[in-house]
Amino acid sequence: MASEMHKVNGETITLAHGSGGKAMRDLIDDVVLGNFANPYLAPLEDQARLELAELSAEGDRLAFTTDSFVVDPIEFPGGDIGKLAVNGTVNDLAMSGARPRFLTCGFIIEEGLPVDTLRRIANSMRRAAEAADVAIVSGDTKVVHKGAADQLFINTSGVGVIPTGLKIGADRATPGDAVIVNGVMGDHGAAILSARGDLALDSPITSDCQELYTQVKALCQVCPDIHCLRDATRGGVATVLNELAASAGVTIRIQEPALPVREVVRGVCEILGLDPLYLANEGKFVAIVPQAYAATAVQALRVTPGGEEAVVIGEVVERIRSGVQLVTSFGSLRVIDMLVGEQLPRIC
Amino acid sequence: MKYVDEFRDPDKARSLVRAIEKTVDEIEACQPRPLQIMEFCGGHTHTIFKYGIETLLPPQIEMVHGPGCPVCVLPMGRVDDCVAIAERPEVIFTTFGDAMRVPGSKYSLLEAKAQGCDIRIVYSPLDALALARKKPEREVVFFALGFETTMPSTALTVLQAAKEGVRNFSLFCNHITTVPTIKAILDSPDMQLDGFLAPGHVSMVVGTHPFDFVAEHYHKPIVVTGFEPLDILQSLYMVVRQIAEGRSEVENQYRRVVSEGGNSPGLTAIGQVFELREFFEWRGLGSIDHSGVRIRDDYATYDAERKFAVPNLKIADPKSCQCGEVLKGVIKPWQCKIYGNGCTPQKPMGALMVSSEGACAAYYNHGYQSGERTDGYKNG
Repeated sequence: MASEMHKVNGETITLAHGSGGKAMRDLIDDVVLGNFANPYLAPLEDQARLELAELSAEGDRLAFTTDSFVVDPIEFPGGDIGKLAVNGTVNDLAMSGARPRFLTCGFIIEEGLPVDTLRRIANSMRRAAEAADVAIVSGDTKVVHKGAADQLFINTSGVGVIPTGLKIGADRATPGDAVIVNGVMGDHGAAILSARGDLALDSPITSDCQELYTQVKALCQVCPDIHCLRDATRGGVATVLNELAASAGVTIRIQEPALPVREVVRGVCEILGLDPLYLANEGKFVAIVPQAYAATAVQALRVTPGGEEAVVIGEVVERIRSGVQLVTSFGSLRVIDMLVGEQLPRIC
Repeated sequence: MKYVDEFRDPDKARSLVRAIEKTVDEIEACQPRPLQIMEFCGGHTHTIFKYGIETLLPPQIEMVHGPGCPVCVLPMGRVDDCVAIAERPEVIFTTFGDAMRVPGSKYSLLEAKAQGCDIRIVYSPLDALALARKKPEREVVFFALGFETTMPSTALTVLQAAKEGVRNFSLFCNHITTVPTIKAILDSPDMQLDGFLAPGHVSMVVGTHPFDFVAEHYHKPIVVTGFEPLDILQSLYMVVRQIAEGRSEVENQYRRVVSEGGNSPGLTAIGQVFELREFFEWRGLGSIDHSGVRIRDDYATYDAERKFAVPNLKIADPKSCQCGEVLKGVIKPWQCKIYGNGCTPQKPMGALMVSSEGACAAYYNHGYQSGERTDGYKNG
């Protein structure tokens, strides 16, 4: 097959590349097969065919999820929309404890996108998939008129296998549990803000976009009874804590001095009047585990790549009406609520 | 972080709190009710809530959160005017981020944007001017709002535009002034404030003398205050010391930024570009004489109000709102009839629920959701 691989003619994607004809075949050869070659995808059937026996050997339940990615800009320090699309779905699977196995990938391309940009992003997806040990087994490409999409949107769906016995659930947070984050908060949100360029902030912040399954696996090995896991993407750690507290009907009390934030991210937040607790992450999760396992869980994360800065940030207590409380470094209490909308920079 | 962490030192905070407690104990004997101290500025309100400063203070001190959030006090009619300008196809309407959610009678700017208006968030009026240079075929309007703090930057932007001869740039001017507003609060018959924290960044521009009248005519202590938690605590200590010693003076806690005479290039630019309006309408407080500025005739071509003939309709505040009484410290936010039921941050009715720096929104977001705190701490 390799001998017959076609390349896209020209420098930009046009509506012809979505028409089902030769131009589309060139695009699939060049961008999709050129990057995602694997035995499931190669036959180019309308669906990937997965062996059940192989999956059921690894656990007793499938995890199945989908997510769409519309980030602006599509390339930013520390990643791009492709890396995000792979890791986003991989991480959503991993938060059930599942080992992520297979992804699908749908591209919605605005005509005029440089072919090289698409090649770069597909290549980045390939590297992210390799790092997460998943195969992209089925896909779809659509090209839309100028203005009908913003450069490139990607949807990925994914399947993983949950090992028998694991029972991670948002409603399992129990008073006495420890609340852990696997590293510094807000890098992705701050990197995107800086990369948009309208702030004229010249910051060295890179997105924390990374796959989280390796860390979840390490956590499961030392702490088989993880109560809750959730990746802290949009809305940041504050939003996840509120969701978990509401599901379990408990209060989560976190300690301000324990919250891990990079100095440079704090700086961006100080200037713009933003709170890093609400900034998006793409490689961070909140884990709630029985207190007895807290120290070993943190230790296990810290020796796993990407989890070096893991730390206990608080504990679960009986419900005291509000979902999440912050004990400030002054010893005062502040309620950390869900945001009404997007965080907006303050005037003065 | 340098220049930040020093002003958030918990040990120093504790010793300041002890000093405040000791001083109010001295005062308590001759004081039948808690001392009411107003922080005028929304930035101070933000710090007070972010660090939970009220929960650290002794019960003899009540903070009254003033009207100094320019986003909150913007009347609905002005938001409607913004939307009317933004709806013009040739206009790119630029604004600071937190003005996006302020409700108009029909739409907020956020909703107008969703309807297709070209509305963009900028971080400085110079960003808007740069956009005007880049898009000569469009009309770029900057939504100028804020107290004296943000006036110099808009004034200098107009001067810069005039110097360059940029013609497709204008301001929708909603700048407001601090002193007439403090005076209006002091003159209201139900006022019972005992002292003030004066706005630090306004003072950076105007200096400390404009506040002399508070001490001289109204005999209230007033302290120019910075925005870090230790600034607030130290200023509260300075106010209660004045009360304990029977003094009423203008003191400057924020010396690292504020000089007595203010910032003269900034003041010159303001004087060149702006003049006082006879009155300006405030959400929650009504019309206050000389509390707003407009663009002088010399720079009329940069005045969006003249360029685009805005509807300029006055929309009355909802009758059920008690923002005025909250602002003057007569009632606490949660004592308002519609607090938490008719009026929430998701659907604000009154000025003080609009921005996170408004007193009611601050209380609501930080734990008082239905008249009592939901974090287990006592009220007040």
